[in-house]
Amino acid sequence: MEISGAKIFVESLKAEGVDTIFGYPGGAVLFLYDELDKAAGEIDHILARHEQGAVHAAEGYAKATNKVGVAIVTSGPGATNAVTGIADAFLDSVPLVVFTGQVPRALIGNDAFQEVDIIGITRPCVKHNFLVKNIEDLAPTIKKAFYIAGSGRPGPIVVDIPKDITDGKEKIEFVYPETVDIRSYNPSIKGNPKQIKLAATALLESKTPILYTGGGVVLSGGASELTELARLLNFPVTNTLMGLGGFPASAPQFVGMLGMHGTYEANMAMHKSDLVVAIGSRFDDRVTGNIEKFCPNAKIIHVDIDPASISKNVKVDIPIVGDVKQVLTDLVAELKRRDEKPDQEALAEWWAQINDWRKTDCLRYEQGTEVITAQYVIDKYWQLTNGDAYVCSDVGQHQMWAAQYYKFDEPLRWINSGGLGTMGFGLPAAMGVQLAHPDAEVACITGDGSIQMCIQELATCTQYQLPINIISLNNGYLGMVRQWQEFFYQKRYSMSYMESLPDFVKLAEAYGHIGIQIKDPADVEGALKQAIDDKERLYFLDFITNPEENVYPMIPAGAGQNEMILV
Amino acid sequence: MTMRHVISVLMENESGALSRVVGLFSARGYNIESLSVAPTDDESLSRLTLVTRGSEQIIEQILKQLNKLIEVVKVTDLSDFQHVEREMMLIKLEAKQAESVTMIKQIADVFRGKIIDLSHKTFTIEISGKSEKLDAFIDAMSEQTIIEVVRSGCIGIARGSVALKV
Ligand SMILES: Cc1ncc(C[n+]2csc(CCOP(=O)(O)OP(=O)(O)O)c2C)c(N)n1
Repeated sequence: MEISGAKIFVESLKAEGVDTIFGYPGGAVLFLYDELDKAAGEIDHILARHEQGAVHAAEGYAKATNKVGVAIVTSGPGATNAVTGIADAFLDSVPLVVFTGQVPRALIGNDAFQEVDIIGITRPCVKHNFLVKNIEDLAPTIKKAFYIAGSGRPGPIVVDIPKDITDGKEKIEFVYPETVDIRSYNPSIKGNPKQIKLAATALLESKTPILYTGGGVVLSGGASELTELARLLNFPVTNTLMGLGGFPASAPQFVGMLGMHGTYEANMAMHKSDLVVAIGSRFDDRVTGNIEKFCPNAKIIHVDIDPASISKNVKVDIPIVGDVKQVLTDLVAELKRRDEKPDQEALAEWWAQINDWRKTDCLRYEQGTEVITAQYVIDKYWQLTNGDAYVCSDVGQHQMWAAQYYKFDEPLRWINSGGLGTMGFGLPAAMGVQLAHPDAEVACITGDGSIQMCIQELATCTQYQLPINIISLNNGYLGMVRQWQEFFYQKRYSMSYMESLPDFVKLAEAYGHIGIQIKDPADVEGALKQAIDDKERLYFLDFITNPEENVYPMIPAGAGQNEMILV
Repeated sequence: MTMRHVISVLMENESGALSRVVGLFSARGYNIESLSVAPTDDESLSRLTLVTRGSEQIIEQILKQLNKLIEVVKVTDLSDFQHVEREMMLIKLEAKQAESVTMIKQIADVFRGKIIDLSHKTFTIEISGKSEKLDAFIDAMSEQTIIEVVRSGCIGIARGSVALKV
């Protein structure tokens, strides 16, 4: 049977197994929405309240499931509103397909109503994008989009669909391609066996090794393989911000997060290491600090699916291009086959040194009886949820505290905007996570600044009855900005005080949710418990916290990893 | 140390592919000295030749980033091979004096240039060769009035059996 472009769109989504799509309608996508409505039940469309929210929600969905997230927006302003989310997905390698409506083909290039060149605008922040030029290309393009988004190093794909392709004037037979063949795109999965052998030898020879692992472990589903490797060798493991949960925080080998706000032991171990094994991590400047002073004595092994990540910032001695899970499997097999062990005496000395660094207890904090400390709130939340919640975060100090004090034992539980650092990410991402895992405990850890950037999504939460727990660490400041101004601009707090904050309790109530303001440290636990125990309602917990608390430890810009400010 | 590199790219002959390549260079701050692109014998493919400068590390990144573009089929750094480079130039100049006319013809001969158009005192000359040769030709003509210069940008191909193809 011959069907319209709009119907092809919906049938293609079904063929891809899409069950949830996030979006916002408008003129250019009305035919698509007409068909989406008929597909309700098979494909649930979630109406966000802003296109940025729709894309972040799709990201949250993707980050908590490792499936491709899907969003749909209209042309012009709908598409430009989506750009922040698309760029966010690009920097965090989130598999995403974003459909944008486009003006009819005959009008393209005419400065038509709600026309923007979204292909041009998003070109530098997508893995790839497509303008569909005729109806025959629609299904094959969608097939390619999903394939490219989810394979290799994942990333966002934009598919721009002119309205007249969907209007039903032209109909064709629908055949969804079974396979994709893109001659110029063949991500390598298996690591080169020779390199893996070299890596195994280096691992066995090293005396002060460290595994430095990132988001690639989580994305490849290689967490258990990493755990096996670390246990087999008894090597210390540090995670990047994106890699948290890729290795159990409760494992004895875990030395915490590294980088600007990482632990003392993780950064010192990196600095003193003779072998840094980077696995699915990318030597980001927030990790390396001053690159000149980075890991001065270390040989470097780097496992990554993206060859362009290797030797980009730091010269690598043993590169291994391949899927992290696959490479780790092969590496573990190689080590088992050799049946050798690294120098146990040296390793024991290395652990003694690390345990010594651990004694600085760099994450200690004190909770007095007067004001609430942000760290205490996260710590309590972690205890009360047994480390098993999905924790979404906004961007700022609260994000760092969440990363430091919520100890993730499982991958896909920590959902944050690491690469782009997008304030406003947290709440919509939490919606995507809650929709993917309806029965799970899902939190949005946020600040009084960030939460206002996508606050409109509280309405979406009402509509779909999403029982998210918003944990707002309200310090009355754009805290992270204020901290930098305190340290580096002689406390000149230019524009970092959040004047005229709304009454968040009333605001939550206005949207139909439950709002509680908590000022007394003694009430923290009770409020958290109430929110966690109530599986039906969204709670907005507005914790009034110490306004001038800082995130420690910290490596100031330009300093080396061994030059941390502790408290 | 920064060196000059001639990079050849085979890519899908599709609108948008070129802007991805160019956009990559501007977004990542790589420099482009010259760029030349046209379809190949296989109509589905375009071949692009790009001259750039950079340290070994930058060039490695350029090659990797180019390879990452979905529409890029193959990339090679011609500077790794024995290769031939050519550029073509059309130059229009005016003889300053009547006597210069003979001189212009002589210089064009020495450089194996071809006079393809002539009107009154205005010459249009076609010349090809390595980029330095074209520079030298312009130098040699500096006594005349140079009205217009059009250069194709460098193209290149490896010597021997080495080939960039699918
Ligand atoms: C969209 C966006 N704009 C600006 C910034 C810069 N920025 C980084 S952290 C921060 C402050 C965040 O304040 P808040 O959400 O209150 O969290 P806090 O640091 O107080 O925990 C700002 C403004 C950003 N990351 N994202």
